[in-house]
Amino acid sequence: MSPANPMNRRKDRIDELAATSGGGTATLVREAGAVDEKPGVSLIASAWKRLRRNPVFLIGATISLLFVVLALVSPFIAPHDPAVGYLLDKVRPQSNPVPGPEPGFPLGADDVGRDLLSRLIVGSQQTLLVGVVATLFGLAGGLVLGILAGAFGGWVDALVMRVVDVLLSIPSLLLAFSIAALATRATQLTVIIAVAAVQVPIFARLLRGSLLAQRHSDHVLAARALGVTERAVVFRHMLPNALGPVIVQSTLVLATSIIDAAALSFLGLGNPNDRRPEWGQMLGRAQQYIYDSPHLAVYPALCIIFVALGFTLMGESLREALDPKSRR
Amino acid sequence: MARFIIRRLLQMVGVVFVLSLLLFFWLRSLPGGTVSAILGERATPETRAALTKALGLDQPIWVQYGKFLGRAVRGDFGASTKVLPGADAFDIFLTRFPATVELSFFALLIAVVLAIPLGYLSARRANSPLDSGLVIVSLVGVAVPVFFLAFLLKYQLAVEHNVFPVSGRQDNLNCTRVTNFFVLDGLLTRELDCSVSALKHLVLPSVALATIPFAVIYRITRASVLEVLGEDYVRTAESKGLTARVIRGRHVLRNALLPVVTTIGLQTGGLLAGAVLTEKVFNWGGIGNALADAFQFRDYSVLQVLILAAAGIYVIINLLVDISYAVIDPRVRTR
Repeated sequence: MSPANPMNRRKDRIDELAATSGGGTATLVREAGAVDEKPGVSLIASAWKRLRRNPVFLIGATISLLFVVLALVSPFIAPHDPAVGYLLDKVRPQSNPVPGPEPGFPLGADDVGRDLLSRLIVGSQQTLLVGVVATLFGLAGGLVLGILAGAFGGWVDALVMRVVDVLLSIPSLLLAFSIAALATRATQLTVIIAVAAVQVPIFARLLRGSLLAQRHSDHVLAARALGVTERAVVFRHMLPNALGPVIVQSTLVLATSIIDAAALSFLGLGNPNDRRPEWGQMLGRAQQYIYDSPHLAVYPALCIIFVALGFTLMGESLREALDPKSRR
Repeated sequence: MARFIIRRLLQMVGVVFVLSLLLFFWLRSLPGGTVSAILGERATPETRAALTKALGLDQPIWVQYGKFLGRAVRGDFGASTKVLPGADAFDIFLTRFPATVELSFFALLIAVVLAIPLGYLSARRANSPLDSGLVIVSLVGVAVPVFFLAFLLKYQLAVEHNVFPVSGRQDNLNCTRVTNFFVLDGLLTRELDCSVSALKHLVLPSVALATIPFAVIYRITRASVLEVLGEDYVRTAESKGLTARVIRGRHVLRNALLPVVTTIGLQTGGLLAGAVLTEKVFNWGGIGNALADAFQFRDYSVLQVLILAAAGIYVIINLLVDISYAVIDPRVRTR
């Protein structure tokens, strides 16, 4: 836990987050809350009170919500089928390869004549899927490793953390590339796994830090004294208190995994099947026609930036709100 | 201090050992495997068996691992198959490495020179329009995919408006090569036009590569200065009547920069991943570009030397950061 522990600086940063950004121990919360708030106001209730008035959070949450709603209703509002090449006969392989806007196709079509607007709208669905599933995979892996290390300690902790440290000693995007390269045939799932795998060690360290900080705290001691079983202590008393930083991190990972998936497509490691469009994939594929038709890249890129910004704003303001220090 | 460095080196040996194991199993699990990578999919079973034996792939796994380590130590990773067919993979790394170092150096320079003063200014004027604007810029900087930003810069400032060159590291000027750091070479040989040309080529890729380190370093500086400004010793210094100049330099900046040093080190290691994308857009000819091609065309010999090098560089940078940290903050050494 000490910030001076050498080996790798990234892990110290993660540990700091685990220690400071909210969810911390009960004592911390009580001390901080005692300054100006009535007793009995939970961390979450007071965080929510602050978030409601925070414009940064409201903007981020609105963007994220719009994105999710768009993904859900996209099949019904897309003007055309995103997989059908309506304007295929207007694709000119030589001069200007990509059909421009025309009635019914306000943004024109892509290189095989599919309606660009419909592909952007429907693309929100796979993009959300990549973000959410990658975050869930990363979270699940990190939860298992983090609980093993943080709750049991001893040699389990040492072993798990060695592996985690090594994984953190590889630049994360490079690790994602390496894992994606293992797939014989890239699919949406292999992209998700590659993007999620690099998040596992981060979540693991974060959770371990939070759990370790609580092992000798009063509420855990009290639970043990009352004869609560070890399993219940970990899952009912320690874990809920450790979730704050994990939730913050998840929100941020939603953004990074969408951006990382785009980078994989850019390097040709993404999902080659584009019947179901995804923004990162559209952006990666658009590189072939980038000089003649830059708009093919610009539209999906703007969508990605907008959504990533939304998740990031939400995550950053959550981090601030859950930080017990900010109560003062 | 010596004890700290020795302990730190021993820990590094452990990390490198686990890394080498991971790399070994990663290489074995790559689709197609080594034999197919060399012979292609259509080889006869006899030639495949012969090559399997020649490469020692029929031997026990720990023998294979030992041989792999031996080859890695000698820098013998075989010939490139796709990136530069026939060329020795380790030579590709050696000749291309300076290009990436040069690019990363300038990117980091831009990031640090902008981020630290701006982060400090932001913290001193917290919640001012300037502060809010900079925070938003830093958040957008992280949300933009690096390769898209690189492309935008290239399209606007090189293709549409001819301000900077489109790609490559230098115009064709018949420059003398000394170190393969093109800016430095021009200075050493007094061929100043070579340096100027190299600098012009550096601007766009290094700005693109600098965005993420800039955003991260800026935010850490801001947060760290904000925290230090609220410390008791700053108030004490003020009440003692010390000049604002002394307080800012000695009390605020010196303490606030500790976490910033860590972050700069971390970002240096991570630059290589961003370089893969940026170098590809600008056809830079460094190891990032080679790595992108190696991933795309599955050139396994180039992949293994570059991944090993990337991880090795990252580990060494971390070591240097830790040592510099121990120099700055004596508390680190004792723990």
